[in-house]
Amino acid sequence: MDLALKWVKDYVDIDCDVNTFMDVMTMAGQKAEGIADNVCNRAKAIDKCVVGRIESLEKHPDSDHLVICQVNVGSGENLQIVTGAPNVFAGAYVPVALDGSTLANGVKIKKGKLRGAVSNGMMCSVEELGFTTHDFPDAPENGIYIFSGEPELGSDVKEVMQLTDDVVEFEITNNRPDCYSVVGLAREAAAAFDKPFKYPEINVKAEAEGQSSDFVSVEIKNPELCPRYIGRVVKNVKVEPSPLWLRHRLTSMGVRPINNIVDITNYVMLELGQPMHAFDIDTIDEGRIIIRNAEDGEKFTTLDGQNRVLDSSMLVISDPNKAVAIAGVMGGENSKVSPNAAAILFESANFNGPNIRITAKKLGMRTDASAKYEKGLAPNTALDAVNRAVQLVEMLGCGEVVPGMVDCYPNKREPWEVAYSAESINKLIGFNLTDQEMIDIFKKIEVEADGKTAKIPTFRPDLVSEADLAEEVARFYGYDKIETTLAAGTPTCGKKSYTQLIEDKIRQTMVACGFCEAMTFSFESPKVYDKLSIDENSPLRKAVKITNPLGEDFSIMRTQSANGMLESLSTNYNRRNGSAYLFEMGKVYMPEEVPMKKLPNEIPTLTLGMYGKNCDFYRIKGVVEELAGALGFADKLSFEPDDSVPFMHPGRLAKIFGKNEELGYVGEVHPLTLKNYSIGTRAYIAVVDLSKVFELTAFERSFKPLPKYPATERDVSMVVAEDVTVKEIEDIIKKKGGKNLERVKLFDVYKGEQVGKGLKSVAYSIRFRAADRTLTDDEVNKPVDKILAELKDKLGAVLRDK
Amino acid sequence: MKDRLLEVKAKALESFGKVKDLKELDEARVRVLGKKGELTALMKGMGKLSKEERPAIGQLANEVRTAIEQDLEKRRTQFEEQAVAAKLKKEKIDVTMPGKKSSLGHIHPMNTVIEDIKNIFIGMGYEIAEGPEIEDAYYNFTALNIPKGHTARDEQDTFYVEGDGEFLLRTQTSPMQIRVMEQRKPPIRIIAPGRVYRSDDVDATHSPIFHQLEGLVVDKGITMGDLKGALEVFAKQLFGEDTKVRFRPHHFPFTEPSAEMDATCFACGGKGCRVCKDSGWIEMLGCGMVHPKVLERCGIDPKVYSGFAFGMGLERVTMQRYGINDLRLLFENDVKFLKQF
Repeated sequence: MDLALKWVKDYVDIDCDVNTFMDVMTMAGQKAEGIADNVCNRAKAIDKCVVGRIESLEKHPDSDHLVICQVNVGSGENLQIVTGAPNVFAGAYVPVALDGSTLANGVKIKKGKLRGAVSNGMMCSVEELGFTTHDFPDAPENGIYIFSGEPELGSDVKEVMQLTDDVVEFEITNNRPDCYSVVGLAREAAAAFDKPFKYPEINVKAEAEGQSSDFVSVEIKNPELCPRYIGRVVKNVKVEPSPLWLRHRLTSMGVRPINNIVDITNYVMLELGQPMHAFDIDTIDEGRIIIRNAEDGEKFTTLDGQNRVLDSSMLVISDPNKAVAIAGVMGGENSKVSPNAAAILFESANFNGPNIRITAKKLGMRTDASAKYEKGLAPNTALDAVNRAVQLVEMLGCGEVVPGMVDCYPNKREPWEVAYSAESINKLIGFNLTDQEMIDIFKKIEVEADGKTAKIPTFRPDLVSEADLAEEVARFYGYDKIETTLAAGTPTCGKKSYTQLIEDKIRQTMVACGFCEAMTFSFESPKVYDKLSIDENSPLRKAVKITNPLGEDFSIMRTQSANGMLESLSTNYNRRNGSAYLFEMGKVYMPEEVPMKKLPNEIPTLTLGMYGKNCDFYRIKGVVEELAGALGFADKLSFEPDDSVPFMHPGRLAKIFGKNEELGYVGEVHPLTLKNYSIGTRAYIAVVDLSKVFELTAFERSFKPLPKYPATERDVSMVVAEDVTVKEIEDIIKKKGGKNLERVKLFDVYKGEQVGKGLKSVAYSIRFRAADRTLTDDEVNKPVDKILAELKDKLGAVLRDK
Repeated sequence: MKDRLLEVKAKALESFGKVKDLKELDEARVRVLGKKGELTALMKGMGKLSKEERPAIGQLANEVRTAIEQDLEKRRTQFEEQAVAAKLKKEKIDVTMPGKKSSLGHIHPMNTVIEDIKNIFIGMGYEIAEGPEIEDAYYNFTALNIPKGHTARDEQDTFYVEGDGEFLLRTQTSPMQIRVMEQRKPPIRIIAPGRVYRSDDVDATHSPIFHQLEGLVVDKGITMGDLKGALEVFAKQLFGEDTKVRFRPHHFPFTEPSAEMDATCFACGGKGCRVCKDSGWIEMLGCGMVHPKVLERCGIDPKVYSGFAFGMGLERVTMQRYGINDLRLLFENDVKFLKQF
């Protein structure tokens, strides 16, 4: 909300500069965002623009439209100024930008020649001063502004036209609807600066005949949505432009002046925070105001000429036959105050905030009024507001105020009491104020307190508990003055959980293996299932669905992490990065059923992806093996050939197992999938369910003495059928190797003509060692013979040479 | 005999002086000391000497032999040293050529920042808590004093998800306050970093998915002074000892009193610049004393215990630390970006 300093100074004596004002207000809890982008701030740039009188004028000899004026700016000598404006005349008082002057937009004016005639400056329009004809309704559409009176020659136009002000933009928190007003912020400023607060003096003469109730009646059908409605009547209205001071007030707060009646309602809204509305009383049938819910499908034309369709959740102001306004949002075209309205009805009402917010949202019309109402206003302000409005009518002399008002207020809001103790406030904040110091602070914000209870004024609905009062005390004492301490209390041991430590270890391992950490979105498009060729009936398609997504592309919570990884690889490939090694630790979201009955399982998942130089299946498999090693379950890790993941190469895919639990998969991406992701090279991914890895991880290590006796190695080379896996061979070696078998190492696999079609040669180095002696030949030969026999028997292996 | 010995010695030393390398030195050695060498031959003749002559000649013979051997050794060492020097000279390489790197990976800059923050708080006795991203509206809103119809439910642009109940993507990490207080008894000191979701379109400074960090301390006698103390230590650790902080009153439904903490602008150090809109301060986080109703709802008696909580966005901190100018880079995973950190 913008706040003009000249206005706020009516209620509190601010004598500091604007920066200090902003700092003090900010530290007291009303955050000044900065200087507002407001015409009155911009007008401060205007320099050397003064009042002048045109003494004489003549046609420019070399131009059809230019005139040469002699202008008296009070300096003794007349200035010659050339203008093209058609509305100048001798005797006119005009704003003059002198040689070396600056206009509102920063443009500098220098003397010069126009078609040979010297011009010592420029006469200005309101636009050139940064304003519009709304701010100065007496200004011509195209031409120089002519002052209506006879201001002193040479005086500064900024003063004469009241152009400038300091306007500050405030961020108002949504617990303080009272601060969306000049009076509200003035009250805060008075407390912050420790100065008296002067509430506007409201007094009404009301000299017209009769009573407001002679003209109108008010009936509230839904007191929950409309706690209060006040109507007050003004007769013999003269609709005309407002005086300069009033227009300036509106302009300085960013509201455009319209006419005196509209301007008065806006003035009151800005000053007291209470939206007001004015009806032409002749348009209200039988003078009966009925506040009711709209009918479903009820049609209504608002003041802006738009046709609206209402529903029964919305509240309207109505007469017996028709709606005349959408409550708290906008009036109707059918009841607006026309220039020749004879009598008007001022509405000052209180509506339910959330209801107004929803109505405005549904209709797509958030107005100044609805923005105020939606915060939840205090109903007691409505009375001051309506009186303030008619007081202004009397000040402006634009109507006769009828005595009395119609005030429908079924459940009057009274001030309430909140119990507190200085001791517990002191304990919560960590300072030590006396009862009296707290009472003094409360007094500044119009809270009457006695050390035990505080009586809360009705405009502060946010103050309902002791903690709320503690905040008031703390902020006017000064948050910065609260002594900084370090929590004593019971000592606690800071640490990461076991699974967090495992995640750290995984991250370290991945980085050591050359992988960069990626971060992808958790929601994606349901189309990714087709992109990944995932079966129509796959459980992966059972995803948590967002009801109000940003678009289809972000509409489901992912049930697999491959898509995010493939997208990232694709980004890298298409940006011509020669290779990319990525890993991500993220979640997949697996609902038990959709729509969900309870929160889904969020499964922490490690995803690896890579393409480029030195990439093949065994490289990425090696990383999975390194990981199992780092987490202490290498001995439980195994791989089984698999062809069941639709977006993976069926001949280059393995399921990963830890003990007997499936942990995930590793393999090469299917060529069709690569095409779907625009990746023009082989790529590899691995996906590991970390929740299962957490269970397998064993950080404990125990020392094994270093070997004292030498090992014996035997190389074994054999020919087997091509489809025999090395796992089958290794399983046999391990089974038959005996207790002295130390290590089995594959060192060669060869396929080619020398071996024969459908066959391959596989070579192993097998190491034996005993901890307590050097093994004899016999002790090694025996198990080797057993291994060879079994290989021959089970796999048909033919020994090449021993 | 004596003369012969001295002659052999003189001749031998002379011949050693003429050799050019180790090989020639060895040949010269064989000529003198070898099985058929001159000195060896002479020594064989020792038996023919008389008893009287033997000790003196024997001693001389030994002296000659030692002298010859010492000279040999000296020259051998010389040659060896020369040979090593020559080899070293020959093997000189251009050490300015590039090294052969093992290609290490890189941790995401966001996680580096999160890790740094975790370590700061672990040092102050905090544990790290985790919780679900798909949340019940009760935890995300209701339990945090944001009942149905409250404006905050709209303002936060919540993503709701289909389900039999009011489920949503958490808009803040604050539901972790409730989950932790439901599960544990005081003393509680935790931080909870994690993903949060709000309905913002993707651009250089917005993302519908971003990261926050929540903090919560509940114990007997926790004061607002303690809140200030903990966060001041944190800010100085994260941004440097010269960092100053200020606490401004603010409003959050689930803390009372509430505050926002500003830190001195990282760009200008507090003098005022474009980054901080000339204020010298950058808004860092929201914080406050845990609202008594929130404590009560979690079964903690606000008359006995008090606490403070804080929450901060992590994307901006990361971007500021590294000078990253576009939020989208954090989620694109271009290795040219990731390898910079």
